[in-house]
Amino acid sequence: MHPALSIVFFTTASGAGFALLLLIGLGVPLGLLPADPLFGLAALATAAALAAGGLVSSVFHLGRPERAWRAFSQWRSSWLSREGVLSVATFLPTAIFAIGWILFGAISGVIGLCGVLAASFAAGTIYCTGMIYASLKPIHQWHNRWVAPNYLALGLMSGFLVLDLIVRVWVPRPVGTATLTLVSLALAWYGKEAYWRFIDTTSAPSSVASATALGRGGRVQMLEPPHTEANYLLQEMGFQIARKHRIRLRAVARVAGFAAPALLTAIAVIGSAGIGALAAGLAVASAAIGLVVERWLFFAEAKHTVMLYYGAAAV
Amino acid sequence: MTDLPLAHHGQKKLGLVIDLDLCVGCHACATACKEWNSGGHMAPLTDFNAYGEGAWGVWFNRIHSFEEGGPEGEGAGARTVHFPKSCLHCDEPACVTVCPTGASYKRAEDGIVLINESLCIGCKLCSWACPYGAREFDADVGVMKKCTLCIDRIYNDNLAPEEREPACVMVCPTKARFFGDLGDPSSSVSELVAARGGQDLLPELGYRPVNKYLPPRRERRSSPPLDLAALATAEPETAGNALLRWVDRLLSR
Repeated sequence: MHPALSIVFFTTASGAGFALLLLIGLGVPLGLLPADPLFGLAALATAAALAAGGLVSSVFHLGRPERAWRAFSQWRSSWLSREGVLSVATFLPTAIFAIGWILFGAISGVIGLCGVLAASFAAGTIYCTGMIYASLKPIHQWHNRWVAPNYLALGLMSGFLVLDLIVRVWVPRPVGTATLTLVSLALAWYGKEAYWRFIDTTSAPSSVASATALGRGGRVQMLEPPHTEANYLLQEMGFQIARKHRIRLRAVARVAGFAAPALLTAIAVIGSAGIGALAAGLAVASAAIGLVVERWLFFAEAKHTVMLYYGAAAV
Repeated sequence: MTDLPLAHHGQKKLGLVIDLDLCVGCHACATACKEWNSGGHMAPLTDFNAYGEGAWGVWFNRIHSFEEGGPEGEGAGARTVHFPKSCLHCDEPACVTVCPTGASYKRAEDGIVLINESLCIGCKLCSWACPYGAREFDADVGVMKKCTLCIDRIYNDNLAPEEREPACVMVCPTKARFFGDLGDPSSSVSELVAARGGQDLLPELGYRPVNKYLPPRRERRSSPPLDLAALATAEPETAGNALLRWVDRLLSR
């Protein structure tokens, strides 16, 4: 599948933003995070900027962006519509939570409830993002049990990394968030490795024979494509990545996305406050690069069933 | 609404039956489709760079060619099968249910899958959800387009009754394409599918396509291979005629 940069940026940025919102919305009312309204301003502004920035980026993917509001209507059948509804719905309790906390210093009662509500909507939004891909049967590399958990785990991991950086302004040595950041890194890394192992060792049940209803007379292969030039299908679904690039990019995703942030977070745990803040900042920057590469690969490695009609032997 | 209409007993399912034994791969159906639909319900079918290198554009029907049988990588002994492919108007069209705006829909009255262009936001998700490649994005208009089963022909009172068929069916010179109600077991297309063992494409994905493909018949009339060496030394066919034999001798001298 063609990796559109607007979608790569959207899923990574809004994944981090909604996950950060999830952590703040749960952590603050439960008393696990600083109650300082200034922390609220910094953390919520970062979360909102990431989430909203991603959503705005996704609109650039549309052929008719001015009609984007119509996507809120089909939540009964469409995961994309559900994601749209939930993502916007998240901002309502978030706004009440933000006003109550930042302006009035309240984090309990109705305000705390709004935080928890925002957290659950944010979690739902990330799940919907994963399900948009996981629900597409023609793409084996997406339609599997690892995709939605991967989106949640990678979102949580990036949310924790950002939270660990911001919270250091208020808590010089936040051992709790740093430890949870390490746990989330390990979980997300495990999930991604399991996903890669799955797509490396399995392929779609479909074949050229099942795609053409041929094969009773022997093996089926493409003789001629229907046209000599490209078409929309080949541009959108026919994207291919060379094996050597795939291996290198996976290595970049592993190192920048998981190994380096884990190492830096571990340094932050044992280092002084200054070194900790620097390491946490570098961990966020490294993870951002790693996750963009990981998300780009998520598209580039996905093979669409329609390519069986265009000469692919397996998808 | 992108919810699918509730299917009921005797549900009308308009669709195509394509006989892979008869198709000669002439691309007339694709051309007729492009011609009719360039002025039809989903018009225009935009082309980019139409007369230069790298031409591309929107087509609802494309003719692939496959080989069945024969050894790996070799054409010898294989059967060539031309394979026209357009929207299959599935009973379980994921292209409809993934649509976030309600632009994609399946008609309750005849099962035709259509796009309401004025609602489409061009998110392309429907084309991702279709394993058959039936939907093509019109980058000029910014919306998705697809086969309408010539909805503007089959119900068109301004056409003579015998012309109320999809353009691809009308034009086919070998009559390899059939149009009818596949929901009615007694229709001529349903009987054809039953008689010839009509197949679904990608049945394992569960889209339950309405269009059916009739596989090539198994028996083949294959002639014995030509003995080129024998041909080269064979007596000319003039062997029986005395005059021609004399001319042959004269010219062979």
